[in-house]
Amino acid sequence: MRIDIHPILQFDREREISFLYNGNKIKAFEGETIASALHAAGIKVLSHSIKLNRPRGFFCGIGKCSSCLMRVNGVPNVRTCITPVEDGMVVESDVQQLPSAEFPGSNKEDISVDILVVGAGPAGISAAIEAGKRGVSVLLVDENPMLGGQLIKQTHKFFGSRKERAGTRGIKIAEELEEQVRELEKNGKVKILPGTSVFGYYGGGSSHMLGAANKMSNVMYHINAKKVIFACGAQENMLSFPGNDLPGVYGAGGVQTLMNVYGIKPGKRVLMIGAGNVGLIVSYQLLQAGVEVDRVVEAMPRIGGYSVHAAKLRRNGVPIYTSHSVKEVYGKDRVEGAIVAKLDENWNFVEGSEEDVKCDTVCLAVGLTPSARLLFQAGVKRDYIPEAGGYVAIHNMEMETSVKGIYVAGDSSGIEEASTAMLEGKIAGLSASISLTGRDSSTTAKMEEYIKTLEEMRRGPFGSKAREAKRKILEEASNEGI
Amino acid sequence: MKEYERTGVISIEEIRVPSEEQLKRGVAITECIQEIPCNPCVDACPVNAISMEDINSPPFVDYDRCTGCAQCAAVCPGLAIFVVKLEDESALITLPYEFLPLPEKGEEVEALDREGRGVGKAIVRRVVKKKDNTALVTISVDRKLAMDVRNIRVLR
Repeated sequence: MRIDIHPILQFDREREISFLYNGNKIKAFEGETIASALHAAGIKVLSHSIKLNRPRGFFCGIGKCSSCLMRVNGVPNVRTCITPVEDGMVVESDVQQLPSAEFPGSNKEDISVDILVVGAGPAGISAAIEAGKRGVSVLLVDENPMLGGQLIKQTHKFFGSRKERAGTRGIKIAEELEEQVRELEKNGKVKILPGTSVFGYYGGGSSHMLGAANKMSNVMYHINAKKVIFACGAQENMLSFPGNDLPGVYGAGGVQTLMNVYGIKPGKRVLMIGAGNVGLIVSYQLLQAGVEVDRVVEAMPRIGGYSVHAAKLRRNGVPIYTSHSVKEVYGKDRVEGAIVAKLDENWNFVEGSEEDVKCDTVCLAVGLTPSARLLFQAGVKRDYIPEAGGYVAIHNMEMETSVKGIYVAGDSSGIEEASTAMLEGKIAGLSASISLTGRDSSTTAKMEEYIKTLEEMRRGPFGSKAREAKRKILEEASNEGI
Repeated sequence: MKEYERTGVISIEEIRVPSEEQLKRGVAITECIQEIPCNPCVDACPVNAISMEDINSPPFVDYDRCTGCAQCAAVCPGLAIFVVKLEDESALITLPYEFLPLPEKGEEVEALDREGRGVGKAIVRRVVKKKDNTALVTISVDRKLAMDVRNIRVLR
């Protein structure tokens, strides 16, 4: 299942280690997560549903879906997809009795900081860099072991303007961003806590109190921040059909993580659901990893992603069926195939158009939902904006929410792209810094430049959804006096 | 709705086909027809042959200015730029390639059209490996296939 050679990527597998999984010794490589190492060992069932005991497999790969929870070294409910595997670890699945009441007692650490940034994806790192450069103290926290959010799996070159790094692969942009933020860390401007989850907001006023924990190293952080920027990203949407919970049905992003970050193939033959940019790009990347893609089906009558991405797939022989969707996925304990069929104008399946697609992997690329629960817990004004992907925090042009000193950036503020997320991050970082150090002519000019570039990126027909989402958000912000 | 929005394959009518004379010199053909915010090809061109009204407009190649150097094909994030040069009997096509194994100079490969169908043989004339791992592969095919072949399959 491990990819040995890849046209774009190189996988470092320098140190082989082993761990115990339900009593069996499993081989892994340092740098892999527990769930990815299990996948490479052919273990696709990671847990069972509590009520009906249905098997659950790898789905999101970024700590959002909970299908991979296991007990690790005695610690219950560990998200194994974002927990690096260590030599000699003891991993147990399907432990459903309650953990013992004896807690080892966690190490507490208090941190006071000017700006807390939650999430180290393109938006969060950009915000931390922008603020860190301006002399305020910054704490950057992310629950994943690596910095860069979803950029670390984007092997394609980015679109956009040359000065915003277009033509550069996402993985390279992640490296550049990490380098810059690590430099600020070295100079004591930014403190970085990877592998650490911010789990709650406990009130504010002149400053904000939040709790965070690094479960595996058993440290609990009490954070007191003057300003907070939430850049928590998004999670992949599920689609409703019989068999959608079978192991082998993945989020397209989960597959991307598995194959491009850890170098592990999801399976041998894939059915891709959704022809937006994510579905098209991941399909192409599956081909690069040496996985067959049977077809892409898209419920809409037209392909949603860029035609250049669709063209790359087509000239490699992958068909795209618009006005088609998945009717059911079948298999015993894991995906063995899927029934796809044509949709009529009223979104009903056309009888007799069913086709049986033999595959061991089904990828869902059917959109994302903003991860904004911490913002909602903090009490920001929110609204359901369909064009933004769901409930989002109402924010002004400078990314501040209705709660003073709380900012939002990136997909958390409405689903868009990495390039716009980086700009929103810069805006939020600048805006939070200005609120601490004051506004002058140079920060005003910088702010104008960022906002102008952002508007330019959204101007074309593919930016219409984001434009509409942001129009509604800004209008509401203005009505609310934010 | 345009046909390519349904199929993902653009038709020759949607491309500005250069004249015979321009093709004999060798020019870059941008198979990028949607309004997407992207402009690296404009900056990559050493002779300023590619222009854009704004970042969302499709690129416009001045075929009389274009030297066919393929710098734009190397940077295009959409892998949508191809350089076509007509010779007496054959056509040279330079295309971006991101799969393994990479073909070698002199190797016979299968020529594929925009739908991935095999349409004939191609001989690899040149392979330029780029630092960012998008290789530029130049193949020669039957002259009649100059505007049809847009991919290859390595037969090894």
